[in-house]
Amino acid sequence: MIEVRNVSKTFGKLKVLNDLSLSVASRRVTGLIGPNAAGKTTLAKIILGLATADRGTVEVGGVSVLASEQYRQRIGYMPQLARFPENLCARELFAMLSDLRQAKDLDQELLERFDFKSELNKPVRTLSGGTRQKLNAMIAFLFRPELLILDEPTAGLDPVSSGVLKDKILREKSFGKTFLLTSHIMSELEELADDVAFINEGRVAFAGPLAELKRVTRQTNLERAIAEMMKRGAAA
Amino acid sequence: MRTIGKVAGYEIRDVVRSRWLIGYTLVLLLLTDALFRFGGGGEKALLSLINVVLFVIPLVALVFSTVYLYHAREFIELLLAQPIKRRQVYLGLYLGLGVPLSASFVAAVAIPFIIHRGVSTSQPGTFAALLGAGVALTLVFTALALLIAACTEDRIKGLGIAVALWLLMSVLYDGLVLLFVALMSDHPIERPLLALMLANPMDLARVALLLQFDVSALLGYTGAVLAKFFGRATGVTATLLALIAWVVIPLFTGLRAFQKKDF
Repeated sequence: MIEVRNVSKTFGKLKVLNDLSLSVASRRVTGLIGPNAAGKTTLAKIILGLATADRGTVEVGGVSVLASEQYRQRIGYMPQLARFPENLCARELFAMLSDLRQAKDLDQELLERFDFKSELNKPVRTLSGGTRQKLNAMIAFLFRPELLILDEPTAGLDPVSSGVLKDKILREKSFGKTFLLTSHIMSELEELADDVAFINEGRVAFAGPLAELKRVTRQTNLERAIAEMMKRGAAA
Repeated sequence: MRTIGKVAGYEIRDVVRSRWLIGYTLVLLLLTDALFRFGGGGEKALLSLINVVLFVIPLVALVFSTVYLYHAREFIELLLAQPIKRRQVYLGLYLGLGVPLSASFVAAVAIPFIIHRGVSTSQPGTFAALLGAGVALTLVFTALALLIAACTEDRIKGLGIAVALWLLMSVLYDGLVLLFVALMSDHPIERPLLALMLANPMDLARVALLLQFDVSALLGYTGAVLAKFFGRATGVTATLLALIAWVVIPLFTGLRAFQKKDF
């Protein structure tokens, strides 16, 4: 679904991505793991066309992201930080985005499960952080995209809502959707991810099925496996 | 074009509900009303309003737009993640700010004048010129705010640049022009002075407005030169063209920066 080849990106003097290549398989959940400032969000932004790579190519569904903006029709994006125009309400935001995407068939499932109906007509500025995060998640799924890029999706959600969102991810995967998600919560990735890509210092240190990572590092859970990878990285 | 309209339309809905914009409209409305009630005839009220227009509008357009754009940064990211072009987002943002700001100025100035029948006592042409200059200044400074926000990552720095730009154009510029005139008093400096006037949209708007009145004493140095140089009709056309350039150039320089920007 996503092919990233030899991508480098520098911000000022800081080399965020260094000749990074990664392939994200269709119909699977790929978890991006890495220390803070490893370049996970930057990679997601380059795939979305929010930032441009200095070198290298990125293709989504076989089409270069630089060719046209149309490939984004297939992507739902949930950014790390949810901020919306303060004086609009959720209903207007949905209307605006579906108007822009010319989408008619909307996925309202999360709306029901988050019990969000009562919040639909309130100005966004009056919503709490967690409620905005729910709105953020609903927007990503709303247009039934084939590919979802979720940046720290459960951050700020209470356990019930977090569970609702994780169930939704697994259900949509079973319908053939592709996911790329970043998270700092290892247990969450262990629950959701089929493949993991461990990014460190702007490079992919490991990419492959979750089970493979555990086998290579001879660890039984993801957290320890990642710790082991980081130790090896430091030793090498 | 339709996408630009959609982005602008929803942004306008957000902006018109902003307390700051409502406050700006009310203050301007009360001020116009007060000037009209206590400032004597329509002509005098118009002249006083010109000062307000020249100072307040650029400041509000710059600061309101810059703050709005930095605040909307995450939302702009979300818009850019949709299947629409950056150009459409950018121009939508511009219209979404420029249109409501202009509309609240027009409403705040026009309503008291219509209530007090000010239009019939003074020349309607002058009144129209005042509205035109206010809208033009709003559009110029909104475009400059977009340029600043597209080029500066840090919001405090961006806001600083916006305020500094306003201070430079509204307060310091006249002083610098006078200094220049004093230093160059032995030379023919009419043409450089004209160029200096064209380089400041606030100066341009002032001259365009005062050319409407018979108050050459208020034209200032650059305005007097312009009036002499062009005559009235051509003078107005020249300032109009220059104001349009002041919208188009910052807007498209900003667009280029916005298209290359990493979010």
